[in-house]
Amino acid sequence: MISREEVEHVARLARLHFSEEELARLQPELGQIIDYVHQLAELDLSGLEVTSHAVALKNVLRSDVPEASLTQEEATRNGPAVERGQFVVPRIG
Amino acid sequence: MSVDTTGLTAYRCRELLAGGEVSASELTRAYLDRVAAVDEAVGSFLLVDEAGALAAAAAVDAKPLAERLPWEGVPIGLKDIFCVTDMETTCASRILKGYVPPFDATVVAKLRAAGLIFLGKLNMDEFAMGSSTENSAFAITRNPWDLERVPGGSSGGSAACVAAGEAPWALGTDTGGSIRQPASLCGVVGLKPTYGAVSRYGVVAFASSLDQVGPLTRDVKDAAALLDLVAGRDPRDSTTIGLSEPAGRPERTDLEGLRFGVIKEFGGDAFDAGVSDVFASAVDGVAALGGVCEEVSLPSVERGIAAYYLIAPSEASANLARFDGVRYGHRVAASDDLYEMYVRTRSEGFGPEVKRRIMIGTYALSAGYYDAYYAQAQRTRTLIIKDFEQAFARYDFLISPTSPTPAFKIGERIDDPLTMYLSDLCTIPVNLAALPGISIPAGFAAGLPVGLQIIGPHFSERRMLEAAHALEQRLQVDTVPPLAEVTR
Repeated sequence: MISREEVEHVARLARLHFSEEELARLQPELGQIIDYVHQLAELDLSGLEVTSHAVALKNVLRSDVPEASLTQEEATRNGPAVERGQFVVPRIG
Repeated sequence: MSVDTTGLTAYRCRELLAGGEVSASELTRAYLDRVAAVDEAVGSFLLVDEAGALAAAAAVDAKPLAERLPWEGVPIGLKDIFCVTDMETTCASRILKGYVPPFDATVVAKLRAAGLIFLGKLNMDEFAMGSSTENSAFAITRNPWDLERVPGGSSGGSAACVAAGEAPWALGTDTGGSIRQPASLCGVVGLKPTYGAVSRYGVVAFASSLDQVGPLTRDVKDAAALLDLVAGRDPRDSTTIGLSEPAGRPERTDLEGLRFGVIKEFGGDAFDAGVSDVFASAVDGVAALGGVCEEVSLPSVERGIAAYYLIAPSEASANLARFDGVRYGHRVAASDDLYEMYVRTRSEGFGPEVKRRIMIGTYALSAGYYDAYYAQAQRTRTLIIKDFEQAFARYDFLISPTSPTPAFKIGERIDDPLTMYLSDLCTIPVNLAALPGISIPAGFAAGLPVGLQIIGPHFSERRMLEAAHALEQRLQVDTVPPLAEVTR
Protein backbone atom coordinates (compact mmCIF):
# COMPACT_ATOMS: atom_id res chain seq x y z
CA MET A 1 0.00 0.00 0.00
CA ILE A 2 1.01 3.57 -0.53
CA SER A 3 -0.84 6.52 1.01
CA ARG A 4 -2.15 9.53 -0.85
CA GLU A 5 0.37 11.72 1.02
CA GLU A 6 3.26 9.46 -0.04
CA VAL A 7 2.15 9.58 -3.68
CA GLU A 8 2.07 13.37 -3.57
CA HIS A 9 5.46 13.51 -1.83
CA VAL A 10 7.08 11.19 -4.41
CA ALA A 11 5.48 13.18 -7.25
CA ARG A 12 7.13 16.35 -5.91
CA LEU A 13 10.50 14.59 -5.75
CA ALA A 14 10.04 13.38 -9.35
CA ARG A 15 8.92 16.82 -10.59
CA LEU A 16 5.55 15.49 -11.67
CA HIS A 17 2.05 16.76 -11.06
CA PHE A 18 -1.12 14.66 -11.17
CA SER A 19 -4.71 15.82 -11.39
CA GLU A 20 -7.29 14.55 -8.87
CA GLU A 21 -8.55 12.12 -11.48
CA GLU A 22 -5.03 10.82 -12.23
CA LEU A 23 -4.26 10.44 -8.52
CA ALA A 24 -7.40 8.41 -7.99
CA ARG A 25 -6.17 5.93 -10.59
CA LEU A 26 -2.44 6.09 -9.80
CA GLN A 27 -2.60 5.47 -6.06
CA PRO A 28 -4.10 1.95 -6.29
CA GLU A 29 -1.93 1.11 -9.33
CA LEU A 30 1.24 2.01 -7.47
CA GLY A 31 -0.06 0.18 -4.42
CA GLN A 32 -0.59 -2.97 -6.45
CA ILE A 33 2.93 -2.82 -7.93
CA ILE A 34 4.54 -2.08 -4.56
CA ASP A 35 2.63 -4.94 -2.94
CA TYR A 36 3.97 -7.22 -5.68
CA VAL A 37 7.62 -6.16 -5.37
CA HIS A 38 7.34 -6.25 -1.57
CA GLN A 39 7.88 -10.05 -1.82
CA LEU A 40 11.60 -9.24 -2.01
CA ALA A 41 11.62 -7.27 1.23
CA GLU A 42 10.61 -10.46 3.00
CA LEU A 43 13.49 -12.61 1.67
CA ASP A 44 16.55 -13.23 3.82
CA LEU A 45 19.38 -12.30 1.47
CA SER A 46 21.75 -11.10 4.17
CA GLY A 47 24.77 -13.08 2.91
CA LEU A 48 24.56 -11.78 -0.65
CA GLU A 49 26.43 -8.92 -2.28
CA VAL A 50 24.45 -6.34 -4.24
CA THR A 51 24.98 -6.52 -8.02
CA SER A 52 25.12 -3.15 -9.71
CA HIS A 53 27.01 -4.37 -12.77
CA ALA A 54 26.65 -7.96 -13.93
CA VAL A 55 29.70 -8.24 -16.21
CA ALA A 56 33.24 -8.21 -14.81
CA LEU A 57 34.65 -4.83 -15.73
CA LYS A 58 36.18 -2.08 -13.64
CA ASN A 59 38.28 1.07 -13.81
CA VAL A 60 37.79 1.73 -17.50
CA LEU A 61 40.21 4.51 -18.35
CA ARG A 62 41.16 6.42 -21.47
CA SER A 63 43.89 8.89 -22.35
CA ASP A 64 43.01 12.48 -21.51
CA VAL A 65 43.39 13.78 -25.05
CA PRO A 66 41.17 16.50 -26.48
CA GLU A 67 39.24 15.52 -29.59
CA ALA A 68 36.63 17.04 -31.86
CA SER A 69 33.19 17.36 -30.31
CA LEU A 70 29.89 19.08 -31.09
CA THR A 71 30.07 22.80 -31.75
CA GLN A 72 28.20 25.10 -29.39
CA GLU A 73 25.66 25.76 -32.14
CA GLU A 74 25.06 22.00 -32.63
CA ALA A 75 24.88 21.34 -28.92
CA THR A 76 22.29 24.04 -28.29
CA ARG A 77 20.20 23.87 -31.46
CA ASN A 78 17.54 21.64 -29.88
CA GLY A 79 17.02 23.93 -26.90
CA PRO A 80 13.48 25.34 -26.63
CA ALA A 81 14.93 28.74 -25.67
CA VAL A 82 18.50 29.68 -26.60
CA GLU A 83 20.17 33.07 -26.53
CA ARG A 84 23.77 33.84 -27.53
CA GLY A 85 24.71 30.16 -27.35
CA GLN A 86 23.20 29.68 -23.88
CA PHE A 87 20.10 27.82 -22.69
CA VAL A 88 17.53 30.22 -21.27
CA VAL A 89 15.51 29.12 -18.22
CA PRO A 90 12.85 30.85 -16.13
CA ARG A 91 14.04 32.47 -12.91
CA ILE A 92 14.62 30.14 -9.97
CA GLY A 93 11.62 30.85 -7.74
CA MET B 1 13.47 -6.13 -62.01
CA SER B 2 10.70 -5.83 -59.44
CA VAL B 3 11.46 -7.30 -56.05
CA ASP B 4 9.06 -9.14 -53.76
CA THR B 5 10.27 -8.08 -50.32
CA THR B 6 8.14 -10.53 -48.34
CA GLY B 7 10.34 -13.26 -46.97
CA LEU B 8 13.49 -11.56 -48.28
CA THR B 9 16.50 -11.86 -45.96
CA ALA B 10 19.36 -9.38 -45.75
CA TYR B 11 21.76 -12.04 -47.05
CA ARG B 12 19.49 -12.51 -50.09
CA CYS B 13 19.40 -8.70 -50.60
CA ARG B 14 23.19 -8.73 -50.53
CA GLU B 15 23.32 -11.52 -53.14
CA LEU B 16 20.86 -9.71 -55.41
CA LEU B 17 22.96 -6.55 -55.20
CA ALA B 18 26.30 -8.33 -55.61
CA GLY B 19 25.03 -10.27 -58.63
CA GLY B 20 23.86 -7.05 -60.23
CA GLU B 21 20.30 -8.43 -60.34
CA VAL B 22 18.90 -5.32 -58.69
CA SER B 23 20.31 -1.89 -58.02
CA ALA B 24 20.35 -0.41 -54.53
CA SER B 25 17.81 2.13 -55.77
CA GLU B 26 15.45 -0.60 -57.02
CA LEU B 27 15.80 -2.53 -53.77
CA THR B 28 15.18 0.55 -51.63
CA ARG B 29 12.24 1.51 -53.85
CA ALA B 30 10.77 -1.98 -53.38
CA TYR B 31 10.88 -1.65 -49.60
CA LEU B 32 9.44 1.89 -49.70
CA ASP B 33 6.63 0.59 -51.94
CA ARG B 34 5.97 -2.21 -49.48
CA VAL B 35 5.81 0.33 -46.65
CA ALA B 36 3.41 2.44 -48.69
CA ALA B 37 1.23 -0.62 -49.35
CA VAL B 38 0.96 -2.09 -45.86
CA ASP B 39 2.07 0.38 -43.23
CA GLU B 40 -1.25 2.13 -42.94
CA ALA B 41 -2.53 -1.20 -41.65
CA VAL B 42 0.56 -2.33 -39.69
CA GLY B 43 1.89 1.00 -38.37
CA SER B 44 5.54 0.01 -37.95
CA PHE B 45 7.03 3.35 -38.90
CA LEU B 46 6.98 6.67 -37.06
CA LEU B 47 9.04 8.29 -39.80
CA VAL B 48 9.80 7.12 -43.36
CA ASP B 49 12.83 8.89 -44.81
CA GLU B 50 12.04 8.26 -48.46
CA ALA B 51 14.20 11.07 -49.85
CA GLY B 52 17.18 10.24 -47.63
CA ALA B 53 16.97 6.51 -48.37
CA LEU B 54 16.72 7.01 -52.14
CA ALA B 55 19.61 9.50 -52.12
CA ALA B 56 21.79 7.07 -50.14
CA ALA B 57 20.83 4.24 -52.51
CA ALA B 58 21.68 6.36 -55.56
CA ALA B 59 25.10 7.08 -54.05
CA VAL B 60 25.68 3.34 -53.67
CA ASP B 61 24.64 2.71 -57.27
CA ALA B 62 27.18 5.31 -58.42
CA LYS B 63 29.99 3.11 -57.06
CA PRO B 64 31.28 0.16 -59.11
CA LEU B 65 30.20 -3.21 -57.64
CA ALA B 66 33.79 -4.25 -57.03
CA GLU B 67 34.42 -1.24 -54.79
CA ARG B 68 31.43 -1.73 -52.52
CA LEU B 69 31.45 -3.03 -48.97
CA PRO B 70 29.65 -6.37 -48.37
CA TRP B 71 26.41 -4.89 -47.00
CA GLU B 72 26.44 -1.66 -48.94
CA GLY B 73 23.00 -0.82 -50.31
CA VAL B 74 21.03 -3.17 -48.02
CA PRO B 75 18.14 -1.29 -46.34
CA ILE B 76 17.40 -1.37 -42.59
CA GLY B 77 14.82 0.02 -40.17
CA LEU B 78 15.81 1.64 -36.85
CA LYS B 79 13.86 1.72 -33.61
CA ASP B 80 13.14 5.36 -32.76
CA ILE B 81 15.47 5.13 -29.75
CA PHE B 82 18.66 5.53 -31.83
CA CYS B 83 20.02 9.00 -32.46
CA VAL B 84 20.51 9.60 -36.18
CA THR B 85 22.04 12.88 -37.36
CA ASP B 86 19.36 15.20 -38.74
CA MET B 87 16.58 12.58 -38.36
CA GLU B 88 13.91 13.25 -35.74
CA THR B 89 14.33 10.92 -32.75
CA THR B 90 11.42 10.87 -30.29
CA CYS B 91 11.59 7.58 -28.37
CA ALA B 92 7.83 7.62 -29.09
CA SER B 93 7.45 10.36 -26.45
CA ARG B 94 5.82 13.77 -26.65
CA ILE B 95 8.65 15.12 -24.51
CA LEU B 96 11.14 14.48 -27.34
CA LYS B 97 8.85 15.54 -30.20
CA GLY B 98 10.88 17.64 -32.60
CA TYR B 99 14.26 16.53 -31.26
CA VAL B 100 16.72 16.29 -34.17
CA PRO B 101 20.03 14.82 -32.99
CA PRO B 102 23.23 16.57 -34.06
CA PHE B 103 25.08 13.21 -33.91
CA ASP B 104 24.84 9.50 -34.74
CA ALA B 105 24.62 6.78 -32.10
CA THR B 106 27.73 4.59 -32.38
CA VAL B 107 25.68 1.70 -33.82
CA VAL B 108 24.14 4.06 -36.39
CA ALA B 109 27.58 5.39 -37.35
CA LYS B 110 28.76 1.80 -37.84
CA LEU B 111 25.79 0.94 -40.06
CA ARG B 112 26.27 4.16 -42.01
CA ALA B 113 29.97 3.37 -42.53
CA ALA B 114 28.99 -0.12 -43.71
CA GLY B 115 26.76 1.47 -46.37
CA LEU B 116 23.33 0.41 -45.10
CA ILE B 117 20.29 2.41 -46.22
CA PHE B 118 18.14 3.86 -43.40
CA LEU B 119 14.46 3.50 -44.31
CA GLY B 120 13.26 5.38 -41.24
CA LYS B 121 12.35 5.22 -37.55
CA LEU B 122 10.20 2.49 -36.03
CA ASN B 123 7.48 2.70 -33.43
CA MET B 124 8.03 1.53 -29.85
CA ASP B 125 6.66 1.86 -26.35
CA GLU B 126 7.48 5.31 -25.01
CA PHE B 127 11.08 5.23 -23.71
CA ALA B 128 11.02 1.44 -24.33
CA MET B 129 8.69 0.94 -21.36
CA GLY B 130 6.12 -1.65 -22.28
CA SER B 131 5.44 -5.03 -23.84
CA SER B 132 2.90 -4.14 -26.52
CA THR B 133 3.97 -0.86 -28.21
CA GLU B 134 0.61 0.53 -27.01
CA ASN B 135 2.52 3.04 -24.86
CA SER B 136 3.72 4.93 -27.93
CA ALA B 137 2.54 8.55 -27.75
CA PHE B 138 2.08 8.65 -31.52
CA ALA B 139 0.80 5.46 -33.14
CA ILE B 140 -0.60 1.98 -32.70
CA THR B 141 1.40 -0.82 -34.28
CA ARG B 142 -0.50 -3.96 -35.26
CA ASN B 143 0.73 -7.53 -35.44
CA PRO B 144 1.09 -8.53 -39.13
CA TRP B 145 -0.28 -12.01 -38.26
CA ASP B 146 -3.50 -10.57 -36.82
CA LEU B 147 -4.15 -6.86 -37.06
CA GLU B 148 -6.37 -6.92 -33.94
CA ARG B 149 -3.38 -7.96 -31.86
CA VAL B 150 -0.27 -6.26 -30.49
CA PRO B 151 3.17 -6.84 -32.00
CA GLY B 152 4.70 -7.05 -28.52
CA GLY B 153 7.12 -4.48 -27.26
CA SER B 154 8.92 -2.39 -26.70
CA SER B 155 10.58 -2.95 -30.12
CA GLY B 156 7.15 -3.66 -31.65
CA GLY B 157 7.67 -1.52 -34.75
CA SER B 158 11.00 -3.25 -35.42
CA ALA B 159 9.48 -6.74 -35.15
CA ALA B 160 6.35 -5.88 -37.15
CA CYS B 161 8.26 -4.22 -39.98
CA VAL B 162 10.52 -7.25 -40.46
CA ALA B 163 7.57 -9.67 -40.28
CA ALA B 164 5.60 -7.60 -42.81
CA GLY B 165 8.51 -7.36 -45.28
CA GLU B 166 8.83 -3.58 -44.82
CA ALA B 167 12.57 -3.96 -44.10
CA PRO B 168 14.86 -6.99 -44.38
CA TRP B 169 16.04 -6.39 -40.82
CA ALA B 170 15.84 -3.86 -38.02
CA LEU B 171 17.72 -2.74 -34.95
CA GLY B 172 16.05 -2.72 -31.54
CA THR B 173 16.90 -2.55 -27.85
CA ASP B 174 16.18 -5.01 -25.05
CA THR B 175 16.02 -4.07 -21.36
CA GLY B 176 13.73 -6.84 -20.09
CA GLY B 177 12.71 -8.63 -23.30
CA SER B 178 12.03 -5.75 -25.67
CA ILE B 179 13.70 -7.49 -28.64
CA ARG B 180 12.92 -11.14 -27.91
CA GLN B 181 9.25 -10.81 -26.86
CA PRO B 182 8.11 -8.84 -29.96
CA ALA B 183 10.23 -11.15 -32.14
CA SER B 184 8.35 -14.09 -30.61
CA LEU B 185 4.94 -12.48 -31.11
CA CYS B 186 5.67 -11.46 -34.73
CA GLY B 187 7.41 -14.66 -35.87
CA VAL B 188 10.89 -13.22 -36.44
CA VAL B 189 14.33 -13.77 -34.90
CA GLY B 190 15.37 -11.42 -32.08
CA LEU B 191 18.76 -11.40 -30.38
CA LYS B 192 19.75 -9.68 -27.14
CA PRO B 193 23.54 -9.80 -26.93
CA THR B 194 25.57 -10.07 -23.74
CA TYR B 195 25.57 -6.81 -21.77
CA GLY B 196 28.69 -5.01 -22.97
CA ALA B 197 28.74 -6.50 -26.49
CA VAL B 198 27.22 -3.45 -28.21
CA SER B 199 27.61 0.28 -27.53
CA ARG B 200 24.67 2.29 -26.15
CA TYR B 201 26.23 5.67 -26.99
CA GLY B 202 23.46 7.71 -28.63
CA VAL B 203 20.77 5.24 -27.57
CA VAL B 204 18.20 6.95 -25.34
CA ALA B 205 18.79 5.39 -21.91
CA PHE B 206 16.07 3.50 -20.01
CA ALA B 207 17.75 1.27 -17.39
CA SER B 208 21.48 1.51 -17.89
CA SER B 209 22.54 -1.67 -16.09
CA LEU B 210 20.19 -3.69 -18.35
CA ASP B 211 19.84 -1.93 -21.74
CA GLN B 212 21.38 -3.67 -24.74
CA VAL B 213 21.12 -3.16 -28.53
CA GLY B 214 20.40 -6.06 -30.87
CA PRO B 215 19.01 -7.28 -34.21
CA LEU B 216 15.52 -8.32 -35.32
CA THR B 217 15.75 -10.38 -38.50
CA ARG B 218 14.04 -12.99 -40.67
CA ASP B 219 16.57 -15.71 -39.83
CA VAL B 220 19.50 -16.59 -37.60
CA LYS B 221 22.18 -15.93 -40.23
CA ASP B 222 20.99 -12.36 -40.62
CA ALA B 223 20.99 -11.91 -36.83
CA ALA B 224 24.63 -13.02 -36.68
CA ALA B 225 25.56 -10.64 -39.50
CA LEU B 226 23.81 -7.62 -37.98
CA LEU B 227 25.35 -8.38 -34.59
CA ASP B 228 28.82 -8.37 -36.16
CA LEU B 229 28.05 -5.06 -37.86
CA VAL B 230 27.16 -3.27 -34.60
CA ALA B 231 29.19 -5.04 -31.86
CA GLY B 232 32.47 -3.85 -30.45
CA ARG B 233 34.15 -1.86 -27.72
CA ASP B 234 33.37 1.84 -27.83
CA PRO B 235 35.39 4.46 -25.92
CA ARG B 236 32.11 6.42 -25.66
CA ASP B 237 30.36 3.65 -23.70
CA SER B 238 32.65 2.53 -20.90
CA THR B 239 30.51 -0.57 -20.25
CA THR B 240 31.42 -2.07 -23.63
CA ILE B 241 33.77 -5.01 -24.03
CA GLY B 242 32.77 -6.22 -27.51
CA LEU B 243 32.36 -9.84 -28.61
CA SER B 244 35.09 -12.36 -27.80
CA GLU B 245 34.88 -13.55 -31.42
CA PRO B 246 32.71 -12.50 -34.38
CA ALA B 247 29.43 -14.40 -34.76
CA GLY B 248 30.31 -15.13 -38.39
CA ARG B 249 27.90 -17.01 -40.64
CA PRO B 250 26.24 -19.88 -38.74
CA GLU B 251 26.25 -23.13 -40.74
CA ARG B 252 25.76 -25.81 -38.10
CA THR B 253 22.92 -28.28 -38.72
CA ASP B 254 23.20 -30.65 -35.73
CA LEU B 255 23.30 -30.33 -31.96
CA GLU B 256 25.46 -33.38 -31.22
CA GLY B 257 27.35 -33.15 -27.96
CA LEU B 258 25.38 -30.16 -26.66
CA ARG B 259 23.45 -30.17 -23.40
CA PHE B 260 20.29 -28.09 -23.03
CA GLY B 261 18.65 -27.28 -19.70
CA VAL B 262 14.87 -26.80 -19.99
CA ILE B 263 14.00 -24.20 -17.35
CA LYS B 264 11.35 -25.74 -15.12
CA GLU B 265 10.03 -22.42 -13.79
CA PHE B 266 9.17 -21.25 -17.32
CA GLY B 267 6.29 -23.62 -17.92
CA GLY B 268 3.14 -24.93 -16.31
CA ASP B 269 -0.36 -23.61 -15.80
CA ALA B 270 0.47 -19.93 -16.27
CA PHE B 271 1.53 -20.71 -19.84
CA ASP B 272 -0.81 -20.79 -22.81
CA ALA B 273 -1.43 -24.44 -23.78
CA GLY B 274 -0.61 -23.74 -27.42
CA VAL B 275 2.71 -22.20 -26.43
CA SER B 276 3.53 -25.22 -24.26
CA ASP B 277 2.73 -27.59 -27.17
CA VAL B 278 4.94 -25.71 -29.61
CA PHE B 279 7.72 -25.60 -27.04
CA ALA B 280 7.45 -29.36 -26.36
CA SER B 281 7.75 -30.10 -30.10
CA ALA B 282 10.78 -27.85 -30.34
CA VAL B 283 12.42 -29.69 -27.44
CA ASP B 284 11.81 -32.93 -29.39
CA GLY B 285 13.50 -31.22 -32.33
CA VAL B 286 16.56 -30.45 -30.20
CA ALA B 287 16.75 -34.12 -29.18
CA ALA B 288 16.30 -35.28 -32.79
CA LEU B 289 19.36 -33.22 -33.74
CA GLY B 290 21.42 -34.99 -31.10
CA GLY B 291 21.13 -32.46 -28.27
CA VAL B 292 20.54 -33.69 -24.74
CA CYS B 293 17.60 -32.00 -22.99
CA GLU B 294 17.02 -32.18 -19.24
CA GLU B 295 14.77 -30.22 -16.93
CA VAL B 296 16.66 -27.81 -14.68
CA SER B 297 15.33 -25.69 -11.85
CA LEU B 298 16.42 -22.07 -11.33
CA PRO B 299 14.25 -21.19 -8.32
CA SER B 300 15.30 -17.54 -8.11
CA VAL B 301 14.08 -16.61 -11.61
CA GLU B 302 10.54 -16.44 -10.24
CA ARG B 303 11.70 -13.35 -8.34
CA GLY B 304 12.96 -11.80 -11.57
CA ILE B 305 9.94 -9.63 -12.30
CA ALA B 306 9.87 -8.20 -8.76
CA ALA B 307 13.60 -7.39 -8.91
CA TYR B 308 13.26 -5.93 -12.39
CA TYR B 309 10.33 -3.69 -11.46
CA LEU B 310 12.49 -2.13 -8.78
CA ILE B 311 15.82 -1.93 -10.60
CA ALA B 312 14.57 -0.76 -14.01
CA PRO B 313 12.24 2.00 -12.71
CA SER B 314 14.91 3.17 -10.25
CA GLU B 315 17.46 3.57 -13.01
CA ALA B 316 14.80 5.06 -15.31
CA SER B 317 13.80 7.66 -12.72
CA ALA B 318 17.42 8.85 -12.69
CA ASN B 319 17.93 8.63 -16.48
CA LEU B 320 14.70 10.49 -17.25
CA ALA B 321 15.56 13.38 -14.92
CA ARG B 322 17.34 14.90 -17.94
CA PHE B 323 14.02 15.58 -19.65
CA ASP B 324 13.38 18.94 -18.04
CA GLY B 325 12.54 21.25 -20.93
CA VAL B 326 15.94 22.96 -20.94
CA ARG B 327 18.23 21.34 -23.51
CA TYR B 328 15.91 19.54 -25.91
CA GLY B 329 12.36 18.56 -26.62
CA HIS B 330 9.12 19.88 -25.26
CA ARG B 331 8.77 22.85 -22.87
CA VAL B 332 5.49 24.27 -21.58
CA ALA B 333 4.50 27.50 -23.26
CA ALA B 334 4.34 30.09 -20.50
CA SER B 335 6.09 29.55 -17.24
CA ASP B 336 7.97 32.12 -15.19
CA ASP B 337 9.30 29.85 -12.46
CA LEU B 338 11.88 27.08 -12.94
CA TYR B 339 10.33 24.45 -10.64
CA GLU B 340 6.92 25.07 -12.18
CA MET B 341 8.42 24.78 -15.67
CA TYR B 342 10.01 21.39 -14.83
CA VAL B 343 6.81 20.01 -13.34
CA ARG B 344 4.48 21.15 -16.09
CA THR B 345 6.87 20.17 -18.90
CA ARG B 346 7.34 16.67 -17.52
CA SER B 347 3.67 16.19 -16.66
CA GLU B 348 2.61 17.19 -20.19
CA GLY B 349 5.47 15.40 -21.94
CA PHE B 350 5.47 11.93 -20.35
CA GLY B 351 2.75 9.34 -20.88
CA PRO B 352 1.04 7.34 -18.09
CA GLU B 353 3.32 4.27 -18.07
CA VAL B 354 6.49 6.37 -18.03
CA LYS B 355 5.10 8.41 -15.13
CA ARG B 356 4.16 5.22 -13.28
CA ARG B 357 7.71 3.91 -13.60
CA ILE B 358 9.31 7.22 -12.60
CA MET B 359 7.05 7.20 -9.53
CA ILE B 360 7.96 3.60 -8.61
CA GLY B 361 11.66 4.30 -9.10
CA THR B 362 11.61 7.55 -7.15
CA TYR B 363 9.73 5.81 -4.34
CA ALA B 364 12.16 2.86 -4.27
CA LEU B 365 15.18 5.16 -4.11
CA SER B 366 13.71 7.60 -1.58
CA ALA B 367 14.90 7.91 1.99
CA GLY B 368 13.85 5.03 4.21
CA TYR B 369 13.02 2.62 1.38
CA TYR B 370 16.38 2.23 -0.38
CA ASP B 371 17.56 -0.83 1.57
CA ALA B 372 14.19 -2.57 1.64
CA TYR B 373 13.64 -2.21 -2.10
CA TYR B 374 16.53 -1.20 -4.35
CA ALA B 375 19.34 -2.90 -2.43
CA GLN B 376 17.20 -5.99 -1.85
CA ALA B 377 16.45 -6.14 -5.60
CA GLN B 378 20.19 -5.94 -6.34
CA ARG B 379 20.79 -8.85 -3.93
CA THR B 380 18.04 -10.83 -5.68
CA ARG B 381 19.91 -10.11 -8.88
CA THR B 382 23.00 -11.72 -7.37
CA LEU B 383 20.88 -14.77 -6.49
CA ILE B 384 19.62 -15.04 -10.08
CA ILE B 385 23.18 -14.73 -11.45
CA LYS B 386 24.30 -17.58 -9.16
CA ASP B 387 21.44 -19.80 -10.33
CA PHE B 388 22.43 -19.24 -13.96
CA GLU B 389 26.12 -19.89 -13.16
CA GLN B 390 25.23 -23.22 -11.57
CA ALA B 391 23.06 -24.18 -14.54
CA PHE B 392 25.79 -23.29 -17.05
CA ALA B 393 28.21 -25.53 -15.16
CA ARG B 394 26.05 -28.44 -16.35
CA TYR B 395 24.49 -27.21 -19.59
CA ASP B 396 25.74 -25.45 -22.71
CA PHE B 397 22.46 -23.59 -23.15
CA LEU B 398 19.15 -23.08 -21.39
CA ILE B 399 15.86 -23.04 -23.28
CA SER B 400 12.31 -21.85 -22.60
CA PRO B 401 9.36 -20.35 -24.42
CA THR B 402 10.14 -16.68 -25.09
CA SER B 403 6.72 -15.46 -23.93
CA PRO B 404 4.04 -17.21 -21.83
CA THR B 405 1.38 -16.35 -24.44
CA PRO B 406 1.15 -15.56 -28.15
CA ALA B 407 0.18 -12.03 -29.23
CA PHE B 408 -2.70 -10.65 -27.15
CA LYS B 409 -5.48 -8.31 -28.29
CA ILE B 410 -4.89 -4.58 -28.53
CA GLY B 411 -6.32 -3.01 -25.35
CA GLU B 412 -6.50 -6.31 -23.46
CA ARG B 413 -3.78 -5.58 -20.89
CA ILE B 414 -3.21 -1.86 -21.12
CA ASP B 415 -5.23 -1.04 -17.99
CA ASP B 416 -3.54 -3.74 -15.94
CA PRO B 417 0.17 -2.90 -15.55
CA LEU B 418 1.03 -5.97 -13.48
CA THR B 419 -0.43 -8.44 -16.00
CA MET B 420 1.43 -6.60 -18.75
CA TYR B 421 4.66 -6.94 -16.76
CA LEU B 422 4.17 -10.72 -16.59
CA SER B 423 4.60 -10.86 -20.40
CA ASP B 424 8.34 -10.66 -19.74
CA LEU B 425 8.60 -13.46 -17.17
CA CYS B 426 11.01 -15.57 -19.26
CA THR B 427 13.10 -12.77 -20.70
CA ILE B 428 13.74 -10.47 -17.70
CA PRO B 429 16.11 -12.77 -15.75
CA VAL B 430 18.39 -12.90 -18.82
CA ASN B 431 18.88 -9.12 -18.67
CA LEU B 432 19.37 -9.20 -14.90
CA ALA B 433 22.20 -11.71 -15.39
CA ALA B 434 23.60 -9.82 -18.46
CA LEU B 435 23.38 -12.99 -20.58
CA PRO B 436 22.83 -13.31 -24.33
CA GLY B 437 19.43 -14.64 -25.39
CA ILE B 438 17.79 -15.27 -28.74
CA SER B 439 14.18 -15.90 -29.73
CA ILE B 440 13.58 -17.93 -32.88
CA PRO B 441 10.21 -18.84 -34.44
CA ALA B 442 9.24 -22.31 -33.21
CA GLY B 443 5.70 -22.76 -34.55
CA PHE B 444 2.15 -21.47 -34.18
CA ALA B 445 -0.60 -21.51 -31.56
CA ALA B 446 -4.02 -20.88 -33.12
CA GLY B 447 -2.36 -19.22 -36.09
CA LEU B 448 -0.14 -16.94 -34.00
CA PRO B 449 3.67 -17.21 -33.92
CA VAL B 450 5.36 -18.74 -30.88
CA GLY B 451 9.05 -18.17 -30.16
CA LEU B 452 11.62 -20.33 -28.42
CA GLN B 453 14.32 -18.69 -26.31
CA ILE B 454 17.90 -19.96 -26.15
CA ILE B 455 20.05 -18.49 -23.37
CA GLY B 456 23.84 -18.84 -23.32
CA PRO B 457 26.71 -17.94 -21.00
CA HIS B 458 28.31 -14.48 -21.26
CA PHE B 459 29.82 -13.81 -24.70
CA SER B 460 28.75 -17.19 -26.12
CA GLU B 461 26.98 -15.49 -29.06
CA ARG B 462 28.83 -17.41 -31.76
CA ARG B 463 28.04 -20.84 -30.31
CA MET B 464 24.50 -19.78 -29.40
CA LEU B 465 23.80 -18.60 -32.95
CA GLU B 466 25.23 -21.87 -34.37
CA ALA B 467 22.84 -23.85 -32.16
CA ALA B 468 19.93 -21.55 -33.02
CA HIS B 469 20.68 -21.99 -36.72
CA ALA B 470 20.66 -25.78 -36.43
CA LEU B 471 17.30 -25.73 -34.67
CA GLU B 472 15.88 -23.18 -37.12
CA GLN B 473 16.81 -25.45 -40.06
CA ARG B 474 15.11 -28.37 -38.30
CA LEU B 475 11.89 -26.52 -37.41
CA GLN B 476 11.41 -24.88 -40.84
CA VAL B 477 8.76 -22.41 -39.65
CA ASP B 478 7.10 -20.41 -42.43
CA THR B 479 7.58 -16.83 -41.27
CA VAL B 480 5.70 -14.94 -43.98
CA PRO B 481 2.39 -13.72 -42.51
CA PRO B 482 -0.84 -14.07 -44.51
CA LEU B 483 -0.90 -10.26 -44.68
CA ALA B 484 1.76 -10.61 -47.34
CA GLU B 485 -0.36 -12.92 -49.45
CA VAL B 486 -3.37 -10.64 -49.38
CA THR B 487 -1.50 -7.59 -50.54
CA ARG B 488 1.13 -9.26 -52.71
